[in-house]
Amino acid sequence: MTTLCLVETDGGAVTDASARALTFARSLGTVVGAVAFTDGGSVSLSESLAEYGVNLLYVVSSIDDYAPQAWARALSELTGFVPTTAVVAAGTDRGNEVLAHLGAITGLPMAANCVSAALSGGLFTITRQRWAGLLLEDAELDAPVALLTVATDAVAPVPAPVSPGLQIVAMDGKTGVVSAYAFKVSQVSAADLVVRAEESATGGGGQSLASARVVVGGGRGVGGAEGFAPLEELADLLGGVVGVSRVVTSEGWRPHTMQVGQTGTKITPDLYLACGISGAIQHFAGCSGAKHIIAINTDPSAPMMTRADYAVVGDLHEVVPALIQALRTRGT
Amino acid sequence: MDILVCVKRVPTVGGVITLTADRQAIDTKASGFTISPHEECAVEEAVRLVERFGGSVTVVSLGPVAAEEQLRACLALGASAAVLIETPDGVETGPIATAAALHAVASSGAFDLVLLGNEASDTGDYQVGIRLAHLLGRPAATGIKALTVADDGASLAASRTYRGVLETFTLPLPCVVTVKEGINLPRYPSLPGRLRAKRAAITRVPVGADVADDFRMTRLHVPDVPEKQATVLGHGVDAVPALVAVLEELGVVPS
Repeated sequence: MTTLCLVETDGGAVTDASARALTFARSLGTVVGAVAFTDGGSVSLSESLAEYGVNLLYVVSSIDDYAPQAWARALSELTGFVPTTAVVAAGTDRGNEVLAHLGAITGLPMAANCVSAALSGGLFTITRQRWAGLLLEDAELDAPVALLTVATDAVAPVPAPVSPGLQIVAMDGKTGVVSAYAFKVSQVSAADLVVRAEESATGGGGQSLASARVVVGGGRGVGGAEGFAPLEELADLLGGVVGVSRVVTSEGWRPHTMQVGQTGTKITPDLYLACGISGAIQHFAGCSGAKHIIAINTDPSAPMMTRADYAVVGDLHEVVPALIQALRTRGT
Repeated sequence: MDILVCVKRVPTVGGVITLTADRQAIDTKASGFTISPHEECAVEEAVRLVERFGGSVTVVSLGPVAAEEQLRACLALGASAAVLIETPDGVETGPIATAAALHAVASSGAFDLVLLGNEASDTGDYQVGIRLAHLLGRPAATGIKALTVADDGASLAASRTYRGVLETFTLPLPCVVTVKEGINLPRYPSLPGRLRAKRAAITRVPVGADVADDFRMTRLHVPDVPEKQATVLGHGVDAVPALVAVLEELGVVPS
């Protein structure tokens, strides 16, 4: 049996979120087959898949744009071709959306944002996130094929290199090593292709909040839209980006795209430097995937201060400029 | 333009989440109730579209009788009608059954657009909108942060930012769209709106035939938060040298 894992790619390699999904897929104990919707299996893609223990890659190259329902239709077709235990995807906008379509097409249940899963006697026992991870649900899934998305902030990517050359398989049965085949999907209809993404640059540029290694957070304590310049400067110095709490976007100080939290972005940086953020639980739902948290706050009893690894008791308007100066002085 | 908005009554979660003794639900004895932030934005978006195109906003909720509180809150914001698909108290309905129940209401009227929140804040199933779209045989877009309906009302452009790239989906109407917080800033209810909502009649319909769900919750638990004792690096600017040392130790700045 095979666990199929939808992988998203970036610059020919597997994304961080998909590496987490692959790590989760391996835990089910079956062969892992990756499914990629790309022009072809590049060397870098097969290398990054092999690093995460992938034995097989199914390349779908006949769907040009991101079209969620068409992707799901192709996955549905693939589950008829490969004896499938589960279909796994990262719990991203795309992963959740494609698997929901797959659930609707097949009538199968789908469990979103799973933390762990085990198969025993034909029954899946699953732990998944509710309330964006503030609560966990233990559940049983009784289905011929389990559709699971993976909580990307709760499952760390763990490499498990495989040595044999990666096989690339196309639906027509041809196999080979690192070469592209047209995946002739027969079941995708015009209706499946009605909704397709037209991509354009946002103009924002830079790195994304979701994948940044350093995030400098700003909350109510920043005091206003103009207060963010020092945080931006600090983020630049640390090679990171600025994220904000919900109050900041509600007040219109910064756009919602910068929000960290249950209804914003979930971040998984090495360092989250939270400045003037008290730490509502909805905010922790977005930042608890951070490896290390440093908090700067005037209130030493604020939840963010007590749950951080390191705390500085003080006014961010004094501490942040002093930190910037110290970093510039030492030539960082 | 006639729009249906689907909303769900969920507990207002404050500082800590407390579970009932049987661990089957959140203890709501001391909490209020609300709808998800994404859904507040869905209601606001619908009201704005009807202000522009004319038509009606119907809100529907699957839940206990008490969910009338949330439906009235939506009426106060400008929705014109409300439907409650009544479920027994304490019964949680899974996503497949929820989509089926909403479908019964959505297919009973000629709605040009069905709006939902991207996910309910409690169960976070991420699928009800899409399952509903398939039942209706209509296209769907999810996670939408900007919505523009064409002047002729025949299509809409729905966009979101995904991994730093703007994705725009063009959908013919009728269709289903799930939205996220940030698509708009919801208004506060007006006093006349609140008075009107208080008096408004809410249509109650029974939940349809039981739909088997092969996904069964066993129990809930609050994840362990590692007991951390934050290391206090100091007070004010005096803490900066220690802060720099920590940044070096974490490898964020070269040592």
